[in-house]
Amino acid sequence: MNLAVKIGDLEFKNPVMTASGTFGYGPEFEDFIDINRLGGIVVKGTTLHHREGNAYPRMAETPSGMLNAVGLQNKGVDVFCNDIYHKIKHYDTNIFVNVSGSTIEEYIETAERINELDHIPGIELNISCPNVKEGGMAFGTSCPSAVAVTHAVREVYKKTMVVKLSPNVTNIAEIAKAVEGVGADGVSLINTLLAMAINAETKKSVLSTITGGLSGPAIKPIALRMVWQVAQAVKIPIIGMGGIMNATDAIEFMLAGSTAIQVGTANFIDPAVTIKIIDGIEDYMRRHKIDDVNDLIGGML
Amino acid sequence: MTSNTELSKKYVELLKVINNRTVNKDYYILEVECSHDISNILPGQFVELLVEDTRNAFLRRPISIYDVHPERNTMDLLIQIVGEGTRLLSKLKKGDYVDVMYPLGKSFSIIDSGKKALLVGGGVGVAPLLYLAKKLQKNNVEVHILLGGRGNDNIIETSNFKKYGKIYVSTEDASIGEKGFVTQHSIMQESDFDMIYSCGPDPMMRAVAKIASQNNINCEVSLENMMACGIGACLCCVTPTTSGHQCVCTDGPVFNTEVLEWNK
Repeated sequence: MNLAVKIGDLEFKNPVMTASGTFGYGPEFEDFIDINRLGGIVVKGTTLHHREGNAYPRMAETPSGMLNAVGLQNKGVDVFCNDIYHKIKHYDTNIFVNVSGSTIEEYIETAERINELDHIPGIELNISCPNVKEGGMAFGTSCPSAVAVTHAVREVYKKTMVVKLSPNVTNIAEIAKAVEGVGADGVSLINTLLAMAINAETKKSVLSTITGGLSGPAIKPIALRMVWQVAQAVKIPIIGMGGIMNATDAIEFMLAGSTAIQVGTANFIDPAVTIKIIDGIEDYMRRHKIDDVNDLIGGML
Repeated sequence: MTSNTELSKKYVELLKVINNRTVNKDYYILEVECSHDISNILPGQFVELLVEDTRNAFLRRPISIYDVHPERNTMDLLIQIVGEGTRLLSKLKKGDYVDVMYPLGKSFSIIDSGKKALLVGGGVGVAPLLYLAKKLQKNNVEVHILLGGRGNDNIIETSNFKKYGKIYVSTEDASIGEKGFVTQHSIMQESDFDMIYSCGPDPMMRAVAKIASQNNINCEVSLENMMACGIGACLCCVTPTTSGHQCVCTDGPVFNTEVLEWNK
């Protein structure tokens, strides 16, 4: 049975990855799973400079999901390269760094630094974070700006580059096609949906930032629709995500056209969920007599 | 003084409910049987319980470890019914199983033998203080415990606390103990404590910390920020500290009030 998939020239031992911002850097989950079994991990969004993120409260539980407004809290690319990297580089899985910035220059400089790290085979270009004032989602919501940042980073970043798309757009397929045109090796979607929560008793917004990003099973049908739309529009591989809680969800995303999938919010509820999803995909393949997981990609009848 | 810097291994598994004891209409204590050795669990650590209702209670619920019984490898979880999640968990019966992630977070410091400690708890904030009192008493610390609440219904488990120290009570409606907030209680005026430990509503802990600071007493508080993952991955439960935003779940929940930047 083959579970391996490819994005660009890069092989993944299976299609199951972890979504940025939901898995720390990996060590947080070592008590619960064998990280080396994963197809890949995407570490926390990394920026050129240290960021403290937004004020508490940054989280709100909502029906079948949650809002977050963390705002890319991270220690900056230097701390990643000099410290964190050395604690995770031994993992036998594809480690992607999610790269974000307020300006194109910041994206370029961060990507250049990551390019030097031997055990990081790829980056996920984050042009879709809804929780920062400058940059982030602003780059991912129009074709010209998405093209500008993708093109600029492509010039300096030589390994596998996936662009993470925002669902907060009128036509996500158009953006996907645009970044494909300037050298993206793949696209990952969807990031969180811009949303909000109000406490009726206090009459206040639950989040300090008023709006935040919605994730969890509540967004799965939207994510599935967007993956399917993008799959009709581009030839590069898609990494699908949005509310995947189990193997059945993961298979649905593959049938809609995903080559790989990312598990996000589910990691907060069951830190061992990724391994259960890998085992569940194998079980599904056995039941359906499928030898190669690639046969599932875009396999919706 | 000893403090917990190295975290013990964490587990996520189904644990058997040994008992569900109703304290009063708002509070209950779940006793769960663990399959791993729990004798090294430290006071102040917590668990995250999964509620079997993904629509209305999507995330796990962080709950303080109230007591640990190494002789039968069980732990007690003192829970207040505050919403849908804790209400659903209150329906668990003896023999049921509950999905638990444990043990999480860093503990209170245990001060040296012969020293004198004041523990100040408000409402369900008393939960992590019982096991702390037990450990302090075992270390020959002189333990004083001040329990506060709005009224009689919020003063719980006094007979259990009595085993480990001298008890003081304050209620806002004067139904039991001295009238007023915990910070107005006469015991708070005494300045010869070596440490004040506190857990309860945020304004209460801030007021306790202020008095501790005025009297030059070391003070540790256990924060109860909203939380998602419980293991330092989501960065949702942060509190501002002298070293920037720190996770309440992994850098805390216990913090020395000197490092907290509560006004940021």
